[in-house]
Amino acid sequence: MTQTVEDAPPELTPRQRYARRQRRRSIVVAAASTLVVATLLVAVVVRAPGWEEVKASFFDGDRFRESFAEIAPAFKLNVRVFLIAEACILVFALLLAVARSSRAPALFPVRVLATVYVDLFRGVPVLLVLFLLGFGVPALRLEGVTNDPVFWATVALILSYSAYVSEVYRAGIDSVHESQRSAARAVGLTSTQSLRFVVLPQAVRRVIPPLLNDFIALQKETALVGVLGPIEAARRAQIYSSRTFNFTSYVAAALIFLAITIPLTRLTDWLLARQRRRTMAGGPA
Amino acid sequence: MTALTVEGVTKAFGTKTVLAGIDLRVADHEVVCLIGASGSGKSTLLRCIDLLEPIDEGQILLGDEDISAPGVDEDVVRRRLGIVFQGFNLFPHLSVLQNVTLGPRKALRVPRADAEARAHDLLARFGLGDKAGEHPDKLSGGQQQRVAIVRSLAMKPEVLLLDEITSALDPELIGEVLDVIRELRSAGMTMVLATHEMGFAREIADQVHFLDQGRIIESAPPAELFSTPKQERTRQFLQRILDARRL
Amino acid sequence: MNGRRLICILTTVLLAGGALAACGDDDDDATTDTSGASGDGCASGNTVSDGVLTIATDSPAFPPWFVDDDPTNGEGFESAVAYAVAGELGFGAEQVEWTIVPFNNAFAPGEKDFDFDINQVSISEEREQAIDFSDGYYDVNQAIVGFADSAAAGATSVADLQDLRLGAQVGTTSLDFITDVIEPSTEPFVYNDNSAAKAALDAGQVDGIVLDLPTAFFVSAVEIEGTAVIGQFPSTGDSPEQFGLVFEEGNPLRDCVNEALTALRDSGELEAIEQEWLSDVVDAPVIDIG
Repeated sequence: MTQTVEDAPPELTPRQRYARRQRRRSIVVAAASTLVVATLLVAVVVRAPGWEEVKASFFDGDRFRESFAEIAPAFKLNVRVFLIAEACILVFALLLAVARSSRAPALFPVRVLATVYVDLFRGVPVLLVLFLLGFGVPALRLEGVTNDPVFWATVALILSYSAYVSEVYRAGIDSVHESQRSAARAVGLTSTQSLRFVVLPQAVRRVIPPLLNDFIALQKETALVGVLGPIEAARRAQIYSSRTFNFTSYVAAALIFLAITIPLTRLTDWLLARQRRRTMAGGPA
Repeated sequence: MTALTVEGVTKAFGTKTVLAGIDLRVADHEVVCLIGASGSGKSTLLRCIDLLEPIDEGQILLGDEDISAPGVDEDVVRRRLGIVFQGFNLFPHLSVLQNVTLGPRKALRVPRADAEARAHDLLARFGLGDKAGEHPDKLSGGQQQRVAIVRSLAMKPEVLLLDEITSALDPELIGEVLDVIRELRSAGMTMVLATHEMGFAREIADQVHFLDQGRIIESAPPAELFSTPKQERTRQFLQRILDARRL
Repeated sequence: MNGRRLICILTTVLLAGGALAACGDDDDDATTDTSGASGDGCASGNTVSDGVLTIATDSPAFPPWFVDDDPTNGEGFESAVAYAVAGELGFGAEQVEWTIVPFNNAFAPGEKDFDFDINQVSISEEREQAIDFSDGYYDVNQAIVGFADSAAAGATSVADLQDLRLGAQVGTTSLDFITDVIEPSTEPFVYNDNSAAKAALDAGQVDGIVLDLPTAFFVSAVEIEGTAVIGQFPSTGDSPEQFGLVFEEGNPLRDCVNEALTALRDSGELEAIEQEWLSDVVDAPVIDIG
C-alpha cells in the first residue's frame, strides 16, 4: 500500500523529457553526419587517379603483414630506449630547473652552469649530439668507457631532452605563487624544505601535461638510435623498403609508433581536464 | 616580559618609503591591534617582524634577542613567530592535517604521531575536527582561515601575527574566525593584529596603534582611542569609518 | 584609366622578359658548337638539359672511384668511365655537368634530375623494378674490412664471421650479403652511409664492415689506420655482381649508353681504365662461403 519513494523510478518532468529527446537527437545527427563525411572522403580518395598505385605502394596488405612481423620486434629497442631515457630525463631536468631557480648567492656558479647547459643543448640539433657522443667518444678509446651505440644514443637523447624539459619544470616552479613560499617560510621551513614540500609538489603537478607532451615527442625521437647502427623500428622499415621498393613498411612502422603515442595523448588531455580545480584552492574563496 | 619590541624600524621599496620609523612594544599575553588605511604599512610591518622582508634601519627584538641583527638564523626565528595571512595561503596539494603537521614534522622534527595528535587536538578545539582529511578546496573561506590559524599554532609560537585575516571573507564567515581569536586571547596568546574590524579591535585589544603613511600616529587603549582620539588624523580616519558604518 | 594601363605595361614587360629568358641559354657561351653539342644522334634530345650530359654521384665521392671528392677532374675509376662514356656519346668534357644524389636516392623510384648516376650501384632485380640499369661496367666482389688485430682477423670462411658484429650501409648489396650469406648470430648494425659505418668501425662498435672490394682496400690502406681487408667473397650465383649506371625507368638514353659501353669494351679502353685505377686492389684472401 505505502509505496516508498525508492521503489518507483522518478517520473521525468516534461522539461527533462524534452532535454533527453534533444540529446538523443543530437547524438543521431552527429553519427549520421560523421558517416556521410567519412563515406564521401573514402569515395573521393578511392576514385582519385593514381589511387591504385598509391594503394599498392603504401597500403599493400601482404607487404604490411610481412613488414609488420619484422618491425614489431625491432620496436622493442625503441621502447627500451624511451623508458630508460624518460626516467633519467625527468630526474636530470628537475635538478637543472632547481639549480636555475635557486636564489642562494653561494649557488651562483651552479646557476650559471645550468643556464649554459640548457642554452647549449637546446641549440644543438640532437643529431649532432648523437654523432659526437655515439661515434666521437668511443673513438677516443678511453679506459672503462663503453662504446655501445645504444648507450650513447640514449645519453644523447637524455642530454638534449633534459634541456627542454627543465624549462618546463622551471615554468611550473615560477607559476607557483610567491605567497606559497612565504607561507612555507613563515611556518618555519627552510628554503630547501619549502622547495621540496611546498613549491615542487605544486609545480610538478601543474606541468604534467607539458611533461607528457615532451615524453610523447621523445618516443618518436628514439628512431634516431638507428643512425648509430642498431636496427630499431624505423630502420627496419627502411631496410624492408629498400629491398622491395614498397613503402608500406613505413606505414606499418608509423602505426606502431602511433599505437603508443595516441593513448598517451588522450591521457594527457584527460589529466589536463582533471587537474584544474586543486590548484585554485588554498587562497581566498 | 616584553614579548616583542620594534625600535625605529624603517623600510622602503625602491624609492617608496613604506615604514618611516616605527616604535612599539608588545608585552607577554598582550593583544595589540594595528589600524589604518590601506597602504599605511600594517602588512609590511608584520612581514618585517616575521623577517619575510628585510628592514632598512632599526631593530626588532623577540624577547631579549635581536632578531633583526645580521647573521641571525631566520628559519629558527620564524619558528618562534606565527603569522596568518589575509589570503590564508594554505598548501592546496596537502590535506588539512598535512597542512598543520608539515611545519612541526619538518622544521621541528616532531615525530609524525605526535604532530598528528597535536594537530587533531587543535583542529577539534576550533571546530574543524571532521575536516582533517579534506583538502583546502573543499572548505569554506572561514574554515580555511581557521585552518591557517591552527597551522601557525601547531608551531607553538611565542607571538602570533595576524594580517587582516578577515578582510577576504564573506561577512557571515567572519564571526567564526573572530571566535578563534577570542579564544586565543583568553588562553593568553600574545598577538599583534592588523585589522579593519574596529568593533572587534575595541573588544579584544589591550592597545591600539593607528598607522598612517608608515608612522604610528597615535597609540592608546581602545576605549580611549576610539572615543576620544587625540590626533586630528586619527579623528578623520575614525570619522570616515563611522560614515561607512563600520563601527 | 591608369589601372588598366599599368596592367598592360606590366604584362608586356613580363612577356618580354619571359621571351628573353627562353631565348638565351644560361650556360657558357664559349662553346656553342652545335654540331656535336647535343651528342651524336642517339643521345640528342634525350638528355635532361639540351647539349649537356648531367651525371650524378654521391658526396663525398671516395677513391678509388673518384679523387679529391671532385668528379670533374676525370680521375678515379668511375670519373674516368663517366667521361669515357660521355665522349662516346659525343659530349666533350665541358659539356658534362655533375650533380649530387645520395646513394639510396639514385635507384629509388620516380623522376630523376640526372641522365645517369654512377656510384658503385650493383645491378639487381629488385632495383630493376624502380629504375633501368645499363650493362655492367665492373665486376665486383664484396669484401670485409676490420682491424688487423681484431676478432675478425684471419677469418677463412663465413663460419668464422658468424659470431661477430658486422656493419654495412642500408639498402646495399653488402647488407644483403651479410643477411643472406653470412647470416651472423647477432643482428648487424646498419648505417645511413659508409661514412657512419667507417666511424663505427673506428669506434670499435663493429668487428668488420662489408663493402665492395676496391672501397674496402681504400678504407684499409688510407682511411683507417690499423685495418686490413680481412678477405673478399667470391660471387654467389651464376653471374658476378656488377656495377651498372642508373637511369630513370624507361629512359631511351640507356640504350645509347649501352652502345657506348660496348664500344669502350671492344676498344679495350674500359680495361685500360680499370688497370689504371683498380689494378692494385684485387689481392685479398678469398673467404669461403660454402
